[in-house]
Amino acid sequence: MVDVLSLGLLAGVIGLDVVSFPQAMFSRPIVAATLGGAFLGAPVAGLVCGAALECLALEALPVGASRYPEWGSASVVAGALAATGASATGMPVVGAFAVAIAIGIISAWLGGWSMVRHRRLIADFARPRLDQLAAGNRETVVGLQVFGMTADLVRGALVGLAMYLPGAWLAATASARWTVSEDVSRAVVVTFVAAVAVAAVWKDFHAISGTRRLFLISLGVGTLWVVLRA
Amino acid sequence: MPDLQRLPDAVPSPTLPVDTPAISAAGITAGPPLPWRTRSAMFLRCLAIQGSWNYELLVGNGVGFCVEPALRQLPGGVDGPAYRAALARQSAYFNAHPYLAGLAVGSLARAEVELVPPVRIERFRTALCGPLGSVGDRLVWAAWLPACSLVALLLFGLGLSPVAVAVGFLVLYNVGHLALRDWALRAGWRYGLRVATALGHPVLQHGPRYIGRVSAVLGGLALPLAAHRAIGGEAPLSPVPIGVAIVTPLLALLLVRLQRRVEGWRVVLLLLAAFVLYSVVR
Repeated sequence: MVDVLSLGLLAGVIGLDVVSFPQAMFSRPIVAATLGGAFLGAPVAGLVCGAALECLALEALPVGASRYPEWGSASVVAGALAATGASATGMPVVGAFAVAIAIGIISAWLGGWSMVRHRRLIADFARPRLDQLAAGNRETVVGLQVFGMTADLVRGALVGLAMYLPGAWLAATASARWTVSEDVSRAVVVTFVAAVAVAAVWKDFHAISGTRRLFLISLGVGTLWVVLRA
Repeated sequence: MPDLQRLPDAVPSPTLPVDTPAISAAGITAGPPLPWRTRSAMFLRCLAIQGSWNYELLVGNGVGFCVEPALRQLPGGVDGPAYRAALARQSAYFNAHPYLAGLAVGSLARAEVELVPPVRIERFRTALCGPLGSVGDRLVWAAWLPACSLVALLLFGLGLSPVAVAVGFLVLYNVGHLALRDWALRAGWRYGLRVATALGHPVLQHGPRYIGRVSAVLGGLALPLAAHRAIGGEAPLSPVPIGVAIVTPLLALLLVRLQRRVEGWRVVLLLLAAFVLYSVVR
């Protein structure tokens, strides 16, 4: 129980980093999922899960007022789920890995929705205080800032807790009943996320002349590198 | 998601009000000294500038929160009418990229401390909103962040430990992040109402183009290596890795063709759910 509450707190702190404070990108999946996995004693499993989610996060740029998936709290949850049944230095168990990615995506969607609600909550909180703001009341300015950040911390923690509890059961159940072979399962999951990353890089930089050619050439070099390293 | 890809390579400087013409750097006056303690407080507060982001004021209250330490220098201190009027002005609606908002914070703080007429400050504040958003989005969200993500994936693909990957990413990203925030606050204070000069900085104007090219190379190198490690590092010429190498580009091509109609993560969720069900139920 203490572990679950602590994980919720971690999800809250990481969720706070997404927008409110300090935006140092602890909330990127490759960091947050690693922390989530490490928290439950399996940092490598968390890292592998984080790398997979990072491929998905490349697609969605966190631009201003637009609604986008909130990968911070989601990645903590996913990293923790990927740790199910994994050793400290081992790869994630395939059933848990697939469920962790799926729950991570759903959590990110829920997190994005909760961010919209959070922004509305701040507006609701600010509305009765607009007169004080217009009068230059220092306490109101600081109070609004503190309220917003506190609410964001709670938001991230709630998203983390709400998704981890059912996710842990699902990950354990899927791992116990998984029937597809380990190497094929891992390959299927990785193919899905890698395709999103390839498409994201292709789309993100297409306006800059020559980047697609550079990307294709380096993709070939990267593939060759994999073959030659073995 | 706004289409950042269609933005021009160079974003023009903001159109400033007619009584604040952009002038050459040689014509910039140094401005009053900003005490170290005040600047540090403003810098730290800038890290939380979006703490109360909402759909009505946007980052407006955050700007007031960040400018506030400088306003204490105004005649009468925190209980004086000048302080209250300035804080009220600075806490109104505002929009900017969080990392570049320091430019606005610095320049507006200086304008207030120099007792520039309120009408002029408000006009300037309105003119700053758009450019600070678009320049920051192009440089940070569409270029620097993906580039650092791809470096992290490259480190992962090269087999580095969890600590090395996470720390490597955080150090690289935050060197750029914190340097940009620090430069923005300093430049805002230095240029004051002539901050359009700072927005013409070559890094802001041309950085996204160069970072984009580097990212394309990083992406090409990182993704095969990262995918290979994530599937367990099997012999690359065995059937499973070869299958991944064939199917991944085909699926990517499909996602590129489907762009604007469906996001990749939604497709992945659907495919994953089907795969999990298949593997558990069969």
